Amino acid sequence: CHCISAGMAHELAARQWSTTGVARQHWTTQIPRVFCTLLFINNEWCKSSSGRKMAVLNPATGECICEVEEGNAEDVDKAVSCARRAFQLGSLWRRMDASDRGLLLNRLADLVERDRLLLATMESVNSGKLFLMAYFVDLMASIKTLRYYAGWADKIQGKTIPVDGEYFTFTRHEPVGVCGQIIPWNFPLMMLVWKIAPALCCGNTVVLKPAEQTPLTALHMAKLILEAGFPPGVVNVVPGYGPTAGHAIAHHMDIDKVAFTGSTEVGKLVQKAAGKSNLKRVTLELGGKNPNIVFADADLEHAVQEAHHGLFFNQGQCCLAGSRVFVEEPIYDEFVRLSVEKALKRVLGNPLLANVDQGPQIDRKQYDKILELIESGRREGARLECGGVPWGQKGLYIQPTVFSEVTDDMRIAKEEIFGPVQLILKFKSMEEVIQRANHSQYGLAAGVFTTDINKALTVSSAMQTGTVWVNCYNAVSVQAPFGGFKMSGSGRELGEYCLQDYTEVKTVTVKIPQKNS
Amino acid sequence: DSASFLKDFIYNELFINNEWHDAVSKKTFPTINPATGEVICEVVEGSKEDVDKAVKAAKEAFRLGSPWRRMDASQRGRLLNLLADAIERDAAYLAELETLDNGKPYSVSYCIDVPMVVKCLRYYAGWADKWEGKTIPVDGDYFCYTRHEPIGVCGQIIPWNFPLLMQAWKLAPALATGNTIVMKVAEQTPLTALYVASLIKEVGFPPGVVNIIAGMGPTAGAAISSHMDIDKIAFTGSTEVGHLIQQASGSSNLKKVSLELGGKSPNIILSDANMEEAVEQAHNAIFFNQGQCCCAGSRTYVQENIYNEFVERSVERAKKRVVGDPFNLKTDHGPQVDDEQFQKILGYISSGKKEGAKLMCGGGVAADRGYFIQPTIFGEVQDDMKIAREEIFGPVMQILKFKSIEEVIERANDTKYGLAAAVFTTDVNKAHYVSNSLRAGTVWINCYNVFGVQAPFGGYKASGAGREMGEYGLEHYTEVKTVTVKIPQKNS
Repeated sequence: CHCISAGMAHELAARQWSTTGVARQHWTTQIPRVFCTLLFINNEWCKSSSGRKMAVLNPATGECICEVEEGNAEDVDKAVSCARRAFQLGSLWRRMDASDRGLLLNRLADLVERDRLLLATMESVNSGKLFLMAYFVDLMASIKTLRYYAGWADKIQGKTIPVDGEYFTFTRHEPVGVCGQIIPWNFPLMMLVWKIAPALCCGNTVVLKPAEQTPLTALHMAKLILEAGFPPGVVNVVPGYGPTAGHAIAHHMDIDKVAFTGSTEVGKLVQKAAGKSNLKRVTLELGGKNPNIVFADADLEHAVQEAHHGLFFNQGQCCLAGSRVFVEEPIYDEFVRLSVEKALKRVLGNPLLANVDQGPQIDRKQYDKILELIESGRREGARLECGGVPWGQKGLYIQPTVFSEVTDDMRIAKEEIFGPVQLILKFKSMEEVIQRANHSQYGLAAGVFTTDINKALTVSSAMQTGTVWVNCYNAVSVQAPFGGFKMSGSGRELGEYCLQDYTEVKTVTVKIPQKNS
Repeated sequence: DSASFLKDFIYNELFINNEWHDAVSKKTFPTINPATGEVICEVVEGSKEDVDKAVKAAKEAFRLGSPWRRMDASQRGRLLNLLADAIERDAAYLAELETLDNGKPYSVSYCIDVPMVVKCLRYYAGWADKWEGKTIPVDGDYFCYTRHEPIGVCGQIIPWNFPLLMQAWKLAPALATGNTIVMKVAEQTPLTALYVASLIKEVGFPPGVVNIIAGMGPTAGAAISSHMDIDKIAFTGSTEVGHLIQQASGSSNLKKVSLELGGKSPNIILSDANMEEAVEQAHNAIFFNQGQCCCAGSRTYVQENIYNEFVERSVERAKKRVVGDPFNLKTDHGPQVDDEQFQKILGYISSGKKEGAKLMCGGGVAADRGYFIQPTIFGEVQDDMKIAREEIFGPVMQILKFKSIEEVIERANDTKYGLAAAVFTTDVNKAHYVSNSLRAGTVWINCYNVFGVQAPFGGYKASGAGREMGEYGLEHYTEVKTVTVKIPQKNS
């Protein structure tokens, strides 16, 4: 999610696309040939130690794109040793000027820009997201994030501190060390960049496991990392499964920190694993059941538009999805009507095509889970306004679904669906909706639509969430921190704040003959 | 004597919602004077049900619209300063109580512990209204800012080695940032923290903002670490229990975790060091607080060519250490805190002898009653001996020999711990090279155990996560909220 709100992104993409002649020349609906299918360790490509491979599927067709080496605990061990060596005092990476780390990140950004078309196509084919979104949102955000953190590299500053006594005290902001990074399948490339950019900026080394469903762009990035000139061992990419490779990372005795983005359920396992193993530092970006609150004085059409894209963006597969739309009573019926109208207009189809709005869900497991939750909505008495069933002959498509008359105790209102299912709930007063919005174990994001300044400030202060949007949704930008309250996670990504989680602070106190201020 | 001193001591119950409560179970436990082994008094023992009560009170006090949430930040600072004033007023009493319960010499309680508590509170009082969010220039027509909000209900579990100071280190940043607290104090040393609770009420903190419970780790401590309604836990104690706390967070509600754990800190003496200074500092580095310091300099690495002289001088210095009644102002060295620690330390001394280290002085019990151990020094210590690898937490000094800087850096870093370290040298290049190379949260150069509340303190690796003190300490009591508002037209 680049910092255009979700609704604008879609229109911008379509508009830009039709005016970009160059793009039209090179654009293809062909599945690109995949060259990078091996594990990337120590700047070398190698086969998995088990000899096993994973099939990588195209969720729009169900077909196998290619096979990729499957890393396991042994491969993780190899990667960690290389990352540890690259982190040794006196190594190329440790001796490098901070500004040069920034230069490398900028160079990587250049390479991503050069290969933007290929990466966007590969991302669309592998994850099912729309090509236009991949090109204008995912790739744009990835490039900007690399350039943003490139800029921070030589601005990571410690302090000199006026302690009592005849001492000179300062802090060094050192890298934490070897960072294990486990990323999800919903924004494969962007999640990779969100992880490696701050880590490398601060001087850490990385062992990254992409999601088993979507390893392709991660491996292409490894190729670019090599081309950009990062020293061997600084970034290692090991595709594999959660219970094997992921488990190995979370439990590894020589990984200093683990950063995990994924479900809250697995987040808990990662936290426990850290406690069981070596007390590695843990940052988590987990699930959400994000309230989107629309007051009667809001710009109705704008709110409908933002709420629509706020939920349906990326086939509903967003930790940020505005999955509980709370609408104030006086405008409720009209809001539902307009939302359903919008949902019905949504075009499903081949994500590589320009006139398509929605692609398939990522895999069978997600697909089944979404349909099961839709069924529970029906059973528990919510009103199915549209959709609710699969679509198409092949691929894992689900029709855009809207439920109204949803009450807080229904499963669909409590559990994260991660699919194209919009829930519209009614509320009477501001105090009531604040209480209901906060009544969740999650706390990732919230939206509020109103023209009244007092409502805007009161509600945004009251939300127990890491991000609050006022009169917009999904407006994410690399300069602003992002993360969860409560069980939506700990720590912040993006912004200056993220650097804290990739830094180990050392206080040095030197005895001096005479202190002067 | 304890009885008459304590006849007016009524603060031996649970402090919940600014009231004194009996335990739901009605249980009590005795707290012991480690200098004599005698019971000082009975203290109410809190368990899970009492923790539940306290969390409810803390949660209520954190509710949007509550007096604590509506209070000006500057007023939170004012309350911290008032608490500092009250502690200063009662300094002598608090120091006595601390010495009685913990065994540290009265001169130390009065001149070091209590003044550091006061400084810590005043320092964070000053931060309360200066902990600022940012406005951020994002792309697009938006106005974006961050709020630095309190996390919520913070569980805080503190140890027995610096009871008052550990309480202040925990309370001050948490309260400065606007959190509410459920604190479990160590069962060995509950008295001073409970007295401070009465001061917290006296100076005007609203009910439920601070709740203090004396209780046992496996009951009250476990209840806190797995509580579904506690938003963050801060624990200072052993690495062993630190593991349990992080796991409990994962098993319960993923509460944020910060840890201050054990250490086996290397103190490196290069041959160009000022010998007298180094010996004195190294002595205090290990023997301060009867060796009961997470950052104790428990591996003293001495460069080859000054090794013999250093050992000789260290032994001489250790023999001068006065062990005795902590209330005697001439005493340097009091008892260990309890029988469990006492036995554990004697066990390590025994293992040192067995594994072939050379006992240079001490090595035995120092008195007929109480938990006194002689200041002990082992020479010819090898890296693989238990006494060189495991945290002893007692008055046992290990002196090891090294040849080169590269070698000692590698040996110093070869530990799962990473809390502190020191280097003694007069060469500026060596000082910077060694301090840069040591994987430890605090590195002292030509000094040891220098603590300023302004400077962050915490561990690398298994010595902990997060930093206490300094501005950095505020980060761990803050939940950052990003607010992005759509505006008609952005201008820089």
